[in-house]
Amino acid sequence: MELKTPLYDTHVKYGGKIVPFAGYLLPVQYEKGIIAEHMAVRTKAGLFDVSHMGEIICSGKDSLKFLNKILTNNFTNMYDGQARYSPMCNEEGGTIDDLIVYKYKTDKYFIVVNAANKDKDYKWIASHAEGEVVVEDISDKVCQLALQGPKSPDILSKLTSREYIPEKYYSAVFDAEVSGFKCIVSQTGYTGEKGYEIYVSTEDAPKLWDIIMEAGSEYGILPCGLGARDTLRLEAAMPLYGHEMDEGVDPVEAGLGFAVKMKKEDFIGKKTIEAKGEPVRKRVGLKAVSRGIIRENEDVLVEGEKIGATTSGTYCPYLGCSAAMAMVKKEFSEIGTRVSVNVRGRMVEAEVVGLPFYKKA
Amino acid sequence: MKVSEGLLYSKSHEWVKFIDDTTALVGLTDYAQSELGGIVFVNLPEDGDEVAAGEVFADVESVKAVSDVYSPVTGTVEEINEELLDSPELINDSPYEAWFVKVSGITEKTELLSADEYAEFCKSEE
Repeated sequence: MELKTPLYDTHVKYGGKIVPFAGYLLPVQYEKGIIAEHMAVRTKAGLFDVSHMGEIICSGKDSLKFLNKILTNNFTNMYDGQARYSPMCNEEGGTIDDLIVYKYKTDKYFIVVNAANKDKDYKWIASHAEGEVVVEDISDKVCQLALQGPKSPDILSKLTSREYIPEKYYSAVFDAEVSGFKCIVSQTGYTGEKGYEIYVSTEDAPKLWDIIMEAGSEYGILPCGLGARDTLRLEAAMPLYGHEMDEGVDPVEAGLGFAVKMKKEDFIGKKTIEAKGEPVRKRVGLKAVSRGIIRENEDVLVEGEKIGATTSGTYCPYLGCSAAMAMVKKEFSEIGTRVSVNVRGRMVEAEVVGLPFYKKA
Repeated sequence: MKVSEGLLYSKSHEWVKFIDDTTALVGLTDYAQSELGGIVFVNLPEDGDEVAAGEVFADVESVKAVSDVYSPVTGTVEEINEELLDSPELINDSPYEAWFVKVSGITEKTELLSADEYAEFCKSEE
């Protein structure tokens, strides 16, 4: 059975078209539709319910050592409030999930994981805990609202004081208050646009949603669903678990080598990734040059020979074209390479382009 | 939801406008376009292609989904609406003007509803 997030009634009230996703009932879009929502985030602001994401607290004096062991990135030398992205691998180098770790303070970390993986992640993290480490799943106590778009700083400034608004990308203010509600405010997001992710108690979330929507109305804010979340992340070429990576793909192949610190003494998966050497396939961006919309899991061909497959694909509303990400043999990953994509039996011509497709000014 | 008098409707949400006994324009209804949301691509057959009643002859894509479009009649494609290839949003803007194909030599049809019957049918779908 699908669960309702604490904002379910709010979504219905705002005209959300509800669908099941990762075990939750969430809006795929509201009345204005995916394209309008997408454009609102690129040019004004949008508000998303991301409460289905999982939140885990890791505390105790061996936390740092432990995180450096189970995650591929390095968490040494972080300041309080700083956030860092990391894949989490199994012994075979396959990706269990990708997540964000926040340093709350010394010996206390806040971890945000994907909805579809949260039980698997919690079990993996808890079962690998070593030394003085306490792992706690607090997902059911927290909601996450994502306020995204160029107008989001103006909207947030109306509701809270400057000290509670994180100044830097990938940093957060713990123990903040927005409109009187206790929150964690983080300058992060999944849209490629400036924005904030606000963690608030399940009880306060519906009230805060209404307050943000009201404060944002003068800036043209729209409530946004999962549809726009996916088109925005794809336009910004942000990877999505289960598409660009999974347990059969290591994070280096998936193009996440920046978050895999091979110089670290050890981490789970390091030996296998090291032994593989240079990856033989690579994640690339494809832009359609003939008519048609490329979707996920479609074969990519060069001169009739399969060289890979798409991992995500859609119509990009801001760029006004069809774009996809694909995993292809490395020798075909050069920018400018012409390929064909088999879209339900019809060949759509495409070109390898640099990522991201969209970068904010 | 709008229906247009004088057109006939299929249960798979296409409309048919007969120009004479064996020639008709075929398009997608207002109900269908509103369920699909912003249409960003349409894939049409070619002039001279045969279409068969109840069979897929085109597809339309919104940002997130692909939907098949079924032919309500059996016949030959005499003309396609090339304007839709560059401006698929016309289907959202004015569904009853945005015809997909002109079919001639019609020999068969699927069950077709009047505007009132179709409006009732859509209500029962919700």
